[in-house]
Amino acid sequence: MKQFQYIRPATQQNVLDAITKPGTKIIAGGTNLVDLMKRGVTAPDKLVDINHLPLKSITPSKTGLHIGALALNSTVSENSLVLQKQPLLSMALKAGASPQLRNMATVGGNMMQRTRCSYFYDTTMPCNKREPGTGCGALEGYNRMHAIFGASPQCIAVHPSDMCVGLAALDAVVVIAGKKGDRRIPFTEFHRLPGDHPETDNHLAPGELIVGVEIPDNNFAKNTYYLKVRDRQSYAFALVSVAAALDISGGVIRNARLAMGGVAHKPWRLFDAEKSLIGKPATEASFKHAAQIAMQGAKAYEYNAFKLKMAPGTITEALKHSASLF
Amino acid sequence: MKNKMPDTLPECDMEAPENSRRNFLKQSALITAVALTPAVATKAADMHVDEKIAEAFEKLPIKFEVNGVQQSLSVEPRATLLDILREQLDLTGTKKGCDYGQCGACTVHVDGHRVNSCLTLGVMVNGKKVTTIEGLAKGEELHPMQEAFLKHDGFQCGYCTPGQIMSAVACIREGHANSETEIREFMSGNICRCGAYPNIVNAIQEVKEGGHAV
Repeated sequence: MKQFQYIRPATQQNVLDAITKPGTKIIAGGTNLVDLMKRGVTAPDKLVDINHLPLKSITPSKTGLHIGALALNSTVSENSLVLQKQPLLSMALKAGASPQLRNMATVGGNMMQRTRCSYFYDTTMPCNKREPGTGCGALEGYNRMHAIFGASPQCIAVHPSDMCVGLAALDAVVVIAGKKGDRRIPFTEFHRLPGDHPETDNHLAPGELIVGVEIPDNNFAKNTYYLKVRDRQSYAFALVSVAAALDISGGVIRNARLAMGGVAHKPWRLFDAEKSLIGKPATEASFKHAAQIAMQGAKAYEYNAFKLKMAPGTITEALKHSASLF
Repeated sequence: MKNKMPDTLPECDMEAPENSRRNFLKQSALITAVALTPAVATKAADMHVDEKIAEAFEKLPIKFEVNGVQQSLSVEPRATLLDILREQLDLTGTKKGCDYGQCGACTVHVDGHRVNSCLTLGVMVNGKKVTTIEGLAKGEELHPMQEAFLKHDGFQCGYCTPGQIMSAVACIREGHANSETEIREFMSGNICRCGAYPNIVNAIQEVKEGGHAV
């Protein structure tokens, strides 16, 4: 690992002052960053440790739940308020990584983990995300894990987070601090598609810091499910995952939220499929129809065509679990 | 089983031969200095000025507790907790498997929580309490989980075992050992390529059901 300077500024203001310089990176849990530094994928000159900032709390507000950026993934997944108000988030978190990594990883860090694939990690391979302009090794390579939505010829990697799929489905809002003041952006607009700039995973501007996420209260706690399909039963990235949340009364769907993981450069919210469910009976037929709508525009590569079948199947199954149709 | 008692730990060797870059800097600074302005430079080299500059960039002081013993070390920011435990403190019970957070062989407890020490920077455990496999036994008396792993043959080659045991203890403390399914899910961060999983699960279940204090 390349040498770097390590600093631990005392206050949030000092952190904001410290992160303006190019070559500087923030470290929280470090589970993705240290891994990438060891492999020579990234080599910052300076690390700014933010772990001592008071951003760990999980607090209810009048309209929802505020979760600090430094709350640990394990803490959030076991938190009583989260379990009561947003069980989907807990399910998504528990589906991700391993217990050890969840004890280190923070909410903000989980969001900032790189969208990535094996070609990004392998420094002997071309990768536009790691080294813009070198090409995409995955495009005509072994692309079994890769995107079926929103990809570009520059990059077909997927964002590996489960937590982020849950937060995208739950209409979360990202609270960001910067030198010019705070700003808030919808979670679904935090991460970006690769386009011509796959080196950029999200819309956090240089010099900005995630301070937390807010999840508005909803009526989804009773009928919700996170279904993750992977190569082994636990501790593996999703081939496809689905966050499903329904508001059902009298057997009729009043409201719905759906998002997919493992299929795009960002958590993939299924707005049209959600709309198709509203007013419909909570039946397998409604769910299959929504899954069909969700797949519009999907495009497979040589080795990931199985996702074109797996994704709608996973959507249907996640919705059935949500509606307790088992 | 011989227990390496924490109070027998060697002190950090500040002049360890692996600090080759520092030695190189020291030597090259001396050679350059002698070539240019002999009198001043020789004095500077004698005062170890260049070495101090190099050290300020490379090493930071940390204080933390390992298995109940306070440690004051000087570490490079890039040194992981795993490497510090193994190479500076001689606590080689914690194993380096993949070194990328994928196998769990390096699992230790930091302030009571199990973490991958290979992805933890040493500078970030400043002020914290670390427990390694060497810190579980009380003298010659094994921890109940160590006893259970022996009884149930929870290993073949043994390389993943320290990480498995540290994870298993945390799994029970966290309250995630209530069924075989739950144990398997919450032990999924520890890979055993010999495939001793059924026996590991049996060992954990016995400790859990025995109501031992872990």
